[in-house]
Amino acid sequence: MATARKVLIADDEPNIVTSLEFLMRSCGYEVRVARDGEEALRLAEGFQPDVLLLDVMMPLCDGFEVCRRIRGNAAMRAVRILMLTAHGRGPQVERGLALGADVCLSKPFSNQDLIARVRGLLPPSP
Amino acid sequence: MLVPWVIIFVSFAYLGLLFAIAYYADQRADAGRSVIASPYIYSLSLAVYATAWTFYGSVGRAAENGVGFLPIYIGPTLMIALWWIVMRKILRISKQNRITSLADFIASRYGKSALLGGVVTVIAVIGILPYISLQLKAVSASFTTVLQYPEIVVPASVGAAPLLGDTALWVALILAAFTILFGTRHLDAAEHHEGMVAAIAFESLVKLVAFLAVGVWVSWGLYSGFGDIFARVAANADLQPMLAPFGGVGGDYSSWIWLTILSMFAIMFLPRQFQVTVIENKDEGHLRKAIWLFPLYMLAINVFVLPIAFGGLLHFPGGADADSFVLTLPMSQKQELLALVVFIGGLSAATGMVIVETIALSTMVCNDLVMPVLLRMRALRLNERRDLTGLLLGIRRGAIVLILLLGYLYFKIAGEAYALVSIGLISFAAVAQFAPAALGGIFWKGGTRRGALAGLVSGFAVWFYTLLLPAFARSEWLPLGLLEHGPFGIELLRPLALFGVSGLDQITHAMVWSMLANAGAYVAVSLSRAPGVDEHRQATLFVDVFRRPAGSSGERLWRGTASAADLFNLLARFVGLRAAGEAFADYARLRGVERPEAQREADADLVHFVEKQLAGVIGAASAHIMLATVTKEEALTLDEVRAVLDEASQIVVYSHRLEQKSQELERATRELRAANERLTELDRMKDEFVSTVSHELRTPLTAIRSFTEILHDHPQLPAAERERFLGIVIKETERLTRLISQVLDVSRLESGRMEWHESLIDMREVIEDTAASTSQLFREREVRLERSLPARVPRVKADLDRIVQVVVNLLSNAVKFIEPGRGRVEIALEEEGGFLRVNVRDNGPGVPREHQDLIFEKFRQAGDRLTGKPQGSGLGLYISRRIVEHSGGRLWVESRPGEGACFSFTLPLVDEAALGKAALGKAA
Repeated sequence: MATARKVLIADDEPNIVTSLEFLMRSCGYEVRVARDGEEALRLAEGFQPDVLLLDVMMPLCDGFEVCRRIRGNAAMRAVRILMLTAHGRGPQVERGLALGADVCLSKPFSNQDLIARVRGLLPPSP
Repeated sequence: MLVPWVIIFVSFAYLGLLFAIAYYADQRADAGRSVIASPYIYSLSLAVYATAWTFYGSVGRAAENGVGFLPIYIGPTLMIALWWIVMRKILRISKQNRITSLADFIASRYGKSALLGGVVTVIAVIGILPYISLQLKAVSASFTTVLQYPEIVVPASVGAAPLLGDTALWVALILAAFTILFGTRHLDAAEHHEGMVAAIAFESLVKLVAFLAVGVWVSWGLYSGFGDIFARVAANADLQPMLAPFGGVGGDYSSWIWLTILSMFAIMFLPRQFQVTVIENKDEGHLRKAIWLFPLYMLAINVFVLPIAFGGLLHFPGGADADSFVLTLPMSQKQELLALVVFIGGLSAATGMVIVETIALSTMVCNDLVMPVLLRMRALRLNERRDLTGLLLGIRRGAIVLILLLGYLYFKIAGEAYALVSIGLISFAAVAQFAPAALGGIFWKGGTRRGALAGLVSGFAVWFYTLLLPAFARSEWLPLGLLEHGPFGIELLRPLALFGVSGLDQITHAMVWSMLANAGAYVAVSLSRAPGVDEHRQATLFVDVFRRPAGSSGERLWRGTASAADLFNLLARFVGLRAAGEAFADYARLRGVERPEAQREADADLVHFVEKQLAGVIGAASAHIMLATVTKEEALTLDEVRAVLDEASQIVVYSHRLEQKSQELERATRELRAANERLTELDRMKDEFVSTVSHELRTPLTAIRSFTEILHDHPQLPAAERERFLGIVIKETERLTRLISQVLDVSRLESGRMEWHESLIDMREVIEDTAASTSQLFREREVRLERSLPARVPRVKADLDRIVQVVVNLLSNAVKFIEPGRGRVEIALEEEGGFLRVNVRDNGPGVPREHQDLIFEKFRQAGDRLTGKPQGSGLGLYISRRIVEHSGGRLWVESRPGEGACFSFTLPLVDEAALGKAALGKAA
């Protein structure tokens, strides 16, 4: 059996976390949740997810900072980052991409879209 | 060696060498690489003061008067100490005003007076004639002496040896030719003769070396040093008195004083000294070196005078002519070479003097005597002659020849009446007459033209009477009785003892009386009448030369009309077309004007420029006359002066107003800038607001969408989860709605478009209602709500819905952070002052001090990590505060962390009685 894909969700909005968790679990991925930026960094290092769903607005350490730190850490090179931004284009997206996010998705997103993007970010099955 | 042809050959060779030096220096000057621009050359050129008189006469006088020859050299040394004040001033004045000669200097100072210039020239020429004749005599005598070698024969008198007489004439003619070659090859606008100066410096060296050579030989060759000579003199009964400086043969105290004063004036006002010191000076700074170099030279050339004199007296007892000791001593010892060197030295000294003096005199004669007269003579129609340079040169050459011939004439008439030194002193006394007018002129603005004239004429008259007449009388050209009994037998007017003052030697006597007459007349006449405008302007220019920067000479005071073309032509007539063109080009460059010669009406600057250029060639007085023929000077009338002043004062007022306007403008600009900054800030805040709102709205939308899709895509969802998710959707929808209304509220509040529906409300009812509507929330959170309300409260005037909104906001906030189960919220109502106060107290975690102001700002929330992110927009308190403040109250919080928080707001009470009356009043 193939190793389950690991997804880390970093968001402080409980309801959004609930929906994302549901979606990812239904896809069969192993899911962990971080409620703020620092927790996100800790879990990213420990859990070593394949994909990180990263919200921009978080307490303690916002999404951009988390992205920057992960990208600056060679140990987490394999983590793919999907950033959830408030707008589809504009400074937030540019900044995210510049900091090393792989995809920027604007809220509200379509579930299908989200699932498809996550699948696209996962490494191909062995 | 001392054979005639050798002597003549060497003499001509030496003269040729001088000429070559002069020629070379002139070429270098034309190429712009001046040879004489050195303070050492300058100082050496000043040594032209030492002439054949020094060379021969000092020894002669020393042999008669011992140390009595010294005052003539002490004077210059003393004067030079004052030079830094006096000479520097004269230099500065002369440079600024392009002075070309001593006569020019004096004439210029006293209003550019041609008459004064002429008088000075006449006095100078007549006064210097004896001096020139002295040089001629010295050269001829020395020539004749060496010719007699090996016999030591000194010609006793002039007339007795026709050979001598002819020699002098020949010498005069040769010197005339030489001087013409030296000094009149071309006209220089500033009267610089670089070649002459170089040659003079050279000959100063030659005569010094020659004198030192014979001095050294006499002291250590003939005798055994100074000690030896003086010892022998002391031992000699005849000669011993000569060692005393004062009294005895040395001359008394008063004669020393007067001789010193005399030579102090001489070093300044001898035309040749003025020429080399002032006119030929290239750099004011050279004065510094000259001030100590020249006295040094004086010392060197005088060191051996006494030894030689005493040596000669000792060697030739019974007096051979002491004047020629420097020659006869070596000759007697068969020192032929030395004698030849000494002869050349003497020749050098004499030629130096003659050249410079005659050039200086001829310049004065041409510029200040002849030209002004010729220019005034309409018959000659000089104004219409295109080129006057030839005329000018011709006049100068004629003057040179004339002066030398006159010198010879004097030599014939009066030459043998005195020894060399006395002749020289007569000339000194003549040039001393310039002192009051010249020195007074540079220090005293009150000196006038008339005063100077009076002084000069009186001084000269006395000089003539007391010095020249006696010389003629002694030579029997005038009856001797004049000297003994006075003119027409009037004893008081005896030339040698005026008014009974006898006992003074002739020179002192002459000096006393002439200075008295001169200075007295100068001061008295100057004070008696005020100076004219021209004079006063010149006086200020001269006396204040150090206070005014160059170029600020009264140009602005002049106004007249002249055509630039006329000015150009005028200048060209005197200096030639090429030089005039160059001068105008220089002017154009300096002033930054294009083609000044094309100006229809020349401006004052140009006129003054041209006048200065002309003055450099023909002297200030003549230049002034020439300008007058071309321009018409106008006097500023009183009206015009007033108009100018009016204009000036208007300009002042106008500029003042402009200044005020510009200050106002500045102020307005500053205010505008501040307003702009405020607007930009508001703009930025608006952008921030929009961006935050956008984000806040999307959050619930995201949840709603996501869950709705989940519910749609997963129909097989377990019922429990379905319930849960639907519940979330509903909650988020409510949240969204709330958020939207709050955002709209904020927007309306900020733009002032909020609609207020004010009425009289009873707060008890409000609280009861809101307690009821929030009871669900309280139950959910398991928080107890207590009310503490008085029985009756007055009504307040406010918007009911909005106040309800405020209370609901406070109540829900109070519930938000409380730990479930233990929570207690108390809402109280009380009257306070003219206000109604509502307190909402909770026992939650409280609000830290640093957040107490923050929470009332937009989008600010006090988060609590344990309970997760609070559900809220962060706008509630902001809106509540705005509502309360609009109604005239205040909303604030009091809290200590751990002890809960108390949010309070006040609303102003209403005087219903008054309201009622007003309403009645309106109705009626």
